[in-house]
Amino acid sequence: MQDLCTMVHLCYCLFLVLSPLIELKDSQIIFCTDVVSAMLIRATGQNLRLAYLRSLESLDLVKQIEVSGDIAALIYLCNPFTIVACVGLSTSPIENMAVILCLYGACSRLIPLAAFGWVIATHLSLYPAILIIPVIFLLGCGPDSPPRKLFLQRHQQKEVLNQSKLPPRFSWGPVIHFAFWAFLWSVYVLVLCGISLKQFGGLWEMFKSTYGFILTVEDLSPNIGVLWYFFAEVFEFFRNFFLIVFHVNILFMILPLAIRLRHRPCYLAFVYVAICSMLKSYPSVGDSALYLGLLGWFVNELADMQFSLFLFCGYVGVSLLSPVMHNLWIWRGTGNANFYFATAMVYACLQIVLVVEGVSAMLNHDRKLRNLITGKPQDAKS
Amino acid sequence: MVLLQRPHILLLLIDTHQFLQCWIAFGSANEEGQQQEEFSEELLVKPLPDHKLLAHFHFQSSAPPSTSNGCHHHLFPKAISQLVQKFRVKEMELSFTQGRWNYESWGGFDPISSSNAKPPGVELWAVFDVPQHHIDASWKNLTHTLSGLFCASINFLESTATYSTPEWSFPPASGNVRYGTFPCEAVCTENLTPWLRLLPCRDKAGIALLLDRPSLYRGFYHSQRLHLTSTESSSEGIDSGIILEQTLTVVLQPNSERAIEVHASEKHVQPSWSLSSIFGKQVSGRCVLAKSSSVYLLLDRGLVAELKFPNKENGKSAANGLTSENFWSNPSFELSVNPDRIFLEESSSHSKSLSILYMFQVEKYSESEPFDIGLMWKVPVAWLCQQTPLHASRFLMGSGNERGAIAISLKSTQFTEGFMSANSKDGSCELRVDVFQVVPWYVKVYFHSLRVFVDQQPRAVSDFIEKIHVSPSKDKMSPGVMEVVLKLPCRVNTAALTIEFDKGFLRIDEYPPDANQGFDIPSAIISFPNFHASMVFLEDDSLNRSPLLSKFQDKCPVMSYTEVLLVPLTTPDFSMPYNVSTIKCTVFALYFGSLLNVLQRRVAEEERFLKAKAAKKTGRLPLLLSKLSAKLRGRRREPLHSPPSSSSFINSKLVLKVILVAGLAVGWQYFFS
Repeated sequence: MQDLCTMVHLCYCLFLVLSPLIELKDSQIIFCTDVVSAMLIRATGQNLRLAYLRSLESLDLVKQIEVSGDIAALIYLCNPFTIVACVGLSTSPIENMAVILCLYGACSRLIPLAAFGWVIATHLSLYPAILIIPVIFLLGCGPDSPPRKLFLQRHQQKEVLNQSKLPPRFSWGPVIHFAFWAFLWSVYVLVLCGISLKQFGGLWEMFKSTYGFILTVEDLSPNIGVLWYFFAEVFEFFRNFFLIVFHVNILFMILPLAIRLRHRPCYLAFVYVAICSMLKSYPSVGDSALYLGLLGWFVNELADMQFSLFLFCGYVGVSLLSPVMHNLWIWRGTGNANFYFATAMVYACLQIVLVVEGVSAMLNHDRKLRNLITGKPQDAKS
Repeated sequence: MVLLQRPHILLLLIDTHQFLQCWIAFGSANEEGQQQEEFSEELLVKPLPDHKLLAHFHFQSSAPPSTSNGCHHHLFPKAISQLVQKFRVKEMELSFTQGRWNYESWGGFDPISSSNAKPPGVELWAVFDVPQHHIDASWKNLTHTLSGLFCASINFLESTATYSTPEWSFPPASGNVRYGTFPCEAVCTENLTPWLRLLPCRDKAGIALLLDRPSLYRGFYHSQRLHLTSTESSSEGIDSGIILEQTLTVVLQPNSERAIEVHASEKHVQPSWSLSSIFGKQVSGRCVLAKSSSVYLLLDRGLVAELKFPNKENGKSAANGLTSENFWSNPSFELSVNPDRIFLEESSSHSKSLSILYMFQVEKYSESEPFDIGLMWKVPVAWLCQQTPLHASRFLMGSGNERGAIAISLKSTQFTEGFMSANSKDGSCELRVDVFQVVPWYVKVYFHSLRVFVDQQPRAVSDFIEKIHVSPSKDKMSPGVMEVVLKLPCRVNTAALTIEFDKGFLRIDEYPPDANQGFDIPSAIISFPNFHASMVFLEDDSLNRSPLLSKFQDKCPVMSYTEVLLVPLTTPDFSMPYNVSTIKCTVFALYFGSLLNVLQRRVAEEERFLKAKAAKKTGRLPLLLSKLSAKLRGRRREPLHSPPSSSSFINSKLVLKVILVAGLAVGWQYFFS
């Protein structure tokens, strides 16, 4: 099963930091990272639950809701993908922890911690850079809540405008605070990198061989993504074009999602993480473990998501089949590259369905809340 | 004008005169010695223990450092001298080899095997006399020139991913050396013909007449080599002396029917042969341009010890000048031609017995009386060639297409035992072994996984490795190079180095046409710097020394090449590029489209709400737009296509669009022109 998480890109800075301290293999560092991540997920989940309860209360809706933090932490820890990434000594748990640290910091308003998590996550794998948008929303208007319009409607209905019960407006103070800390941390990280890499060609060399390596998909070793086979097969002439297309694909979706889901920054972060783990250059199962764990935060909202059984079966099937196909192709030589590519393709489709259905379910949930308020309030009890 | 021209004419006259003089002098057997371009041709024949025969052709041309002739040469090939001058090559060696030198039965300790046994395919190394930053450019140009000159794909060595810069383990230890091999080159007659064209007599006369293509390529091993050294002239530095050494080493099977018929039962009987039976041709006189032209027959140390020449004391005295009869009238074999001279080897420390060299002058023979030497064995004889201190072999470990390991194993030979017994009084006897290994970038070697096994026991690396230099490979940029100096105890039976690697994955257009055949890892070079393969023959006149024999006297370290490894790499499906592109793009379109659809979808209720909202607004919106269009029309009277007077809302919108597009187009045109 180790083959699933072979291609995890590790910045060699991290390696430089870790290698003198402890041998990665003998220590329990990955395991500890996973446990810490799970605890942070749990804390954030509780935070989100409180926020959700508060917003429901202010909408005068009473609903039995699950303890989402515990569920998310359990999903993260018991996920076979997490276990595989941990056993395979992949470094993705470290990257995941940085992302979770960032979200935790933003949810619990620990701005320096959020900035630190964001800078480290970006430094390690570049893609979490887009998480700055949900973090800004989180800091600006607080954790997930139904749209602000809904509250206004509700209060108009009741003809009492209680300002204290309204969710706060966007406040720029924490955002500027965050920007300051992010700047401080990134300068700090860059200076440290610059000092340690002085004899190896400096920062520019680091950017070229870490971020450059991520952006120009140079390593064509098989992984669970689809880009390796695409770039192994595509004609040299079109290589640059497709590199741009695939990377811009991530960026294209940022704005529409941010507009539509701005009142739910944590969910926005989840969608971004899922999209990145689907479209990134060298994906691994560790990335999937992260977004599947984060999915646990939204068990209440996504209760009536479509195709959930199909998705579950698909994930089980792919995670069973792809090691088999990899083994057939690489080790036994009886299979073909297409066998493994097919499972990777199915996996990509599953992720797409998950993201699309997830977004759709969340929007429907908001619609349902509005219906409960405007239309038939008696439905809220059911 | 006339006055000016006169000295030129005078000079011309003098030049022609000099040239004539030179020519005459050259014709009259080179009295001037040092200042002349020289050419010599030699052939060395040596019976090998496994019923085979080694033929080693050695042609040497030399151009002395002189400024008198400019860039004109009498004998020396012009292409080579131009190449040396253009790329400032200090030393260069190019070899084309087919087959593998069998170190176990053909020996590895004599000068022939350690400098002429080459790895299969093309091997090229060159030392340049240019500043450090120009070396790579010179190398590129040199590979292209040689590729054109020898009709071979040497130009593949041009890319930085194929050649390497040995730091210190490669013999001409210097920072300016570049080394590249191309193991999968198929060597054939198309490479031999340009090589022969460098000889003054081609293959039309002299010893080169023997180079009959079918019989050469029928052999077990053939290696054509071109070695050139240029000596920097002290005066100008423009024209330098060059020594070009062309050798062709062939291992052939003498097919002597008689021997097979008669002694089919006996294993040890050596086949009798003659030059005409091996090559199907005879030497009809020398190449007239050659200074010396001679054929040698070398009897190995082991063979001489086995033959038991009647009285060795007599033999040693014979080396002092007397031609003793009993060296060629031996009871065990018979030579068809009487040798002109016999050389005995000077006593060496490594071996008990001494090898014998019979020399035949080709000058004496002519068209009417061709030279043909034959050797007839009378009694069966078996011997062993002297081997390298350790026999090196290399193999791959592991299965599957993801990772593996390279192992270099060194086994002690009978030589080591002898060496050990000779040095037994010295307790701390050490054997130094240099290993030079180049691996292409797609074999990603993990140098930290280097392990040393001595006598089949895993041992600490630092105990046996004295010095190590590693330069890791960069993808598509440079190969991985490993240079190791091993210090092994003399008593060692086996030693092995293993190193693990991951196999890389290439793009579809980086695979060769026969991708499933696998990729070659070039031979490793194992050298023993403490041992020198040299044969010093006692000669009476050192002035008229033959180039081949003086080459034998050079102290070059004993070197051996390991096998070429064939690594199978995983291949993608080569018929899939269109399918992969379309499938992948479809999935991306699915993602993009469906996500956007979900984001902008509105349920029925919202639709109704929006429609109601829009209905409210309908009063205002067209009003605004018509106002705007009216304003625009009022401002711009000039546009050619003036809108119709009865402008409805749709028409004004259309006009707006048209104007917008036209404006954009004008802007575009203005901005880019």
